[in-house]
Amino acid sequence: MKTFDTAPAPHLPARRSVRSVMGLVLLALAPGLLAHAWFFGPGIVIQLTLATAFALAFEAAMLKARGKPLRPFLTDLSAPLTAVLFALCVPPLAPWWVAAIGMFSAIVIAKHLFGGLGQNLFNPAMVGLAVVLLAFPREFTQWLPPAGLEGAIAPPGLLESLRAVATGELPLPWEWDTLAQATPLDAVRTLGAQGATLAEIRGAPLFGDFGGRGWEWIANFFALGGLFLLWKRVIPWQVPVATLGTAVLLTLPFWLYDPDLHPFPLQHVFSGALVLAAFFIATDPVSGCTTPRGRLLFGAGVAVLTLAIRRWGSFPDGVAFAVLLMNCAAPWLDAHTRPRILGEGRAP
Amino acid sequence: MRLHRFHGGLALPGHKAESTAGGLRACPAPAVLRVPMLQHAGEAAEPCVAAGDAVVRGQRIGIARGASGADVHAPRGGRVRAVEDAGVPQLPGIPVPHVVIEVAADAPEVNLPPLAGDEDPDVLRARLQAAGIVGLGGAGFPTAEKTAVRRERLVVNGAECEPWIACDDALLREHADEVVRGARVLARIVGATVVQLAVEDSMGEALAACRAAIDAFGAGEVELVVVPTRYPEGGERQLIQVLTGLEVPRGGLPRDVGVVVQNVATARAAWRAVALGEALVERVVTVTGPGVARPGNFVVPVGTPVSHLVAQAGGYTPAAKRLLLGGPMMGIALPHDEVPIGKTHNCVLVLGEAQLRADGDEMPCIRCGDCASACPSRLLPQQLLWQARAGRLDDARSQGLFDCIECGCCDLACPSHIPLTQQFRVAKTGLRAQDAAAANAEAARQRFELRQQRLGREAAEREAKLAARKAATSPEAVAAALERARARRAGAAPDRNEPG
Repeated sequence: MKTFDTAPAPHLPARRSVRSVMGLVLLALAPGLLAHAWFFGPGIVIQLTLATAFALAFEAAMLKARGKPLRPFLTDLSAPLTAVLFALCVPPLAPWWVAAIGMFSAIVIAKHLFGGLGQNLFNPAMVGLAVVLLAFPREFTQWLPPAGLEGAIAPPGLLESLRAVATGELPLPWEWDTLAQATPLDAVRTLGAQGATLAEIRGAPLFGDFGGRGWEWIANFFALGGLFLLWKRVIPWQVPVATLGTAVLLTLPFWLYDPDLHPFPLQHVFSGALVLAAFFIATDPVSGCTTPRGRLLFGAGVAVLTLAIRRWGSFPDGVAFAVLLMNCAAPWLDAHTRPRILGEGRAP
Repeated sequence: MRLHRFHGGLALPGHKAESTAGGLRACPAPAVLRVPMLQHAGEAAEPCVAAGDAVVRGQRIGIARGASGADVHAPRGGRVRAVEDAGVPQLPGIPVPHVVIEVAADAPEVNLPPLAGDEDPDVLRARLQAAGIVGLGGAGFPTAEKTAVRRERLVVNGAECEPWIACDDALLREHADEVVRGARVLARIVGATVVQLAVEDSMGEALAACRAAIDAFGAGEVELVVVPTRYPEGGERQLIQVLTGLEVPRGGLPRDVGVVVQNVATARAAWRAVALGEALVERVVTVTGPGVARPGNFVVPVGTPVSHLVAQAGGYTPAAKRLLLGGPMMGIALPHDEVPIGKTHNCVLVLGEAQLRADGDEMPCIRCGDCASACPSRLLPQQLLWQARAGRLDDARSQGLFDCIECGCCDLACPSHIPLTQQFRVAKTGLRAQDAAAANAEAARQRFELRQQRLGREAAEREAKLAARKAATSPEAVAAALERARARRAGAAPDRNEPG
């Protein structure tokens, strides 16, 4: 008689791990990151490194404090993903403590105080971003002009950027004042308020074909990464389709009604962080919806709230707040969109 | 013919070729067979032989008991050594009688008288019952019971979707003719006008054999349907959905949508029971996996121990790490190999370390919903897990816990490596125990209430009697009685005083 160890079925290994899922998302962010570095200089690399370092440090400290094993959770790549998403949304030369405070809010408060991986009600990266956005609005006005802009100075190099982030000293000929560079969304808001038509606003060199110059390319590369994730079935199609589709459908009638006052729908899509949100932020499984119809509603809600905040809010881009608000609604949406069970409603 | 899709499921590597190369191989009976009396869905059969009895092949040794029970027959002739209790893999911890037979080489065989395939349906059905035919696909539901209803569509299930298992494939390659003729017998019993033989598109040789058999014996009745290969398509509900687009109602049976599903091996057994009078005493079992030396498909007498069967397949390789009865998705891991093969056991799979899931690497659920995408019952496994772990079993029930077919797809889809299916099994067991306890409590409550009513009624009756007696002796009653007596006397006196 030969004896064997037993275990419950199924006996085959799972096809993915949390680490491989997070790794694929990080991989899909790479083209957008490179485009970002191309247009805005190596600042993003510094922000990303800083944020990742802070995220892992806070993660390790919280795991230790909560008595959880370090190894599986530090290597699951979820904290670096939070850090990267955060870094992509802050200005490239933002001071180092923006990353520190952002990651503290994201990892310590939004993630671990709610119970760690899988338990957070709110998207940690967006919590971090919202905190720094609300606390330090000035730092968020300091975007570099995109490379390739006529008459603009090339973005600072790696060492200069490093110094700027670490000490707040800008290399010549930059000054913080000249850095108060409006993003395309800022331009639409401020110039629009001054009575300029969109045709005039869009004539500014800051604008590209659809959205802002540089921004639209970055968005393209994010979309490319997003398509990769869809192909790999890492993210559900419902969220990006609902987010982008709603943004277009909602703005189309306004634009048709008066193209001078209302931006072209694709300008909305390719400005700010909407594409990033549609593929990488609103698709966060933990804080989003889990039913197919819930995901459609979640994505649509993100788009509607983002557009509302862009139009009426006091912040130029409302993606972070839109996502956080929809996070609040997710459990309710899930509870009311449970799919019909096979054979449910069929008479026995 | 237009096919439909079922929700979820997984495309898994088949690993069928490993065992199908050598065709069907006979497994010689071991010296001793241990025949379990529970090889079917319902209660264990009652052994009707005793130690020392001589038995012949095909002789009934266990009598069906209760609903969904089935007769058990001696797989080989010989002498009964003992009738003893032992566990069976599908119901661990519950003793089931086993008839232990010392096989004699030259023992005779008894068969029932052969019947014609166009006999009266009731006669045919009685034969299936007498031959102990049960569903050979795994559930072991008695075929006579399943065919006791008349339905317009019969589906013969050759969609052997679970990896490594190839017994139906091997059977179809060599005995498609008997399967097709069995299908016609079963169709006659249930009165089906549509008879579909569903085989997966990955089973090329079996498909060719089925085509030839249908041309020869199908008589225009049996239709071959090639279905795409996807796990768990061989599940009744999934296969019916693929073929008809109909959903079997929640908590219902295939018969509720006018369909009866039978496994191909069951159809063959039905044919042999009718045409040759053979009782169901052997079946085809796949013995395969990296843990056995020469994988193959064997015709195995029931009661053969797994160890003997593995020896026929060349024994274990050094890689042998886990012994499964069934496939890698739904099979039961055996603690040792002295377990006898029963009618419902289609596969002995020996896996090595490399094919197994690691344990102890479970992470928290990240709510990705991949489990829901993979679920063929369209459940939200991650929400069910939430309810099950929180002990909210009634919520789990209303959200479809019992609609879970335990196919294991969600476990493979889960990036957090959570043993979802096992959690659901535990929750189901908990709910069944809770239901049984509730039923007991309800019965006790009813007994108590009846007793209270009876006691109350008796007390009331006593009271009434007492009151009646009391009323009979009260002063008013005495006075009234005196009054009556006086009146009687007064009335009577004049009569008496009347001059005569």
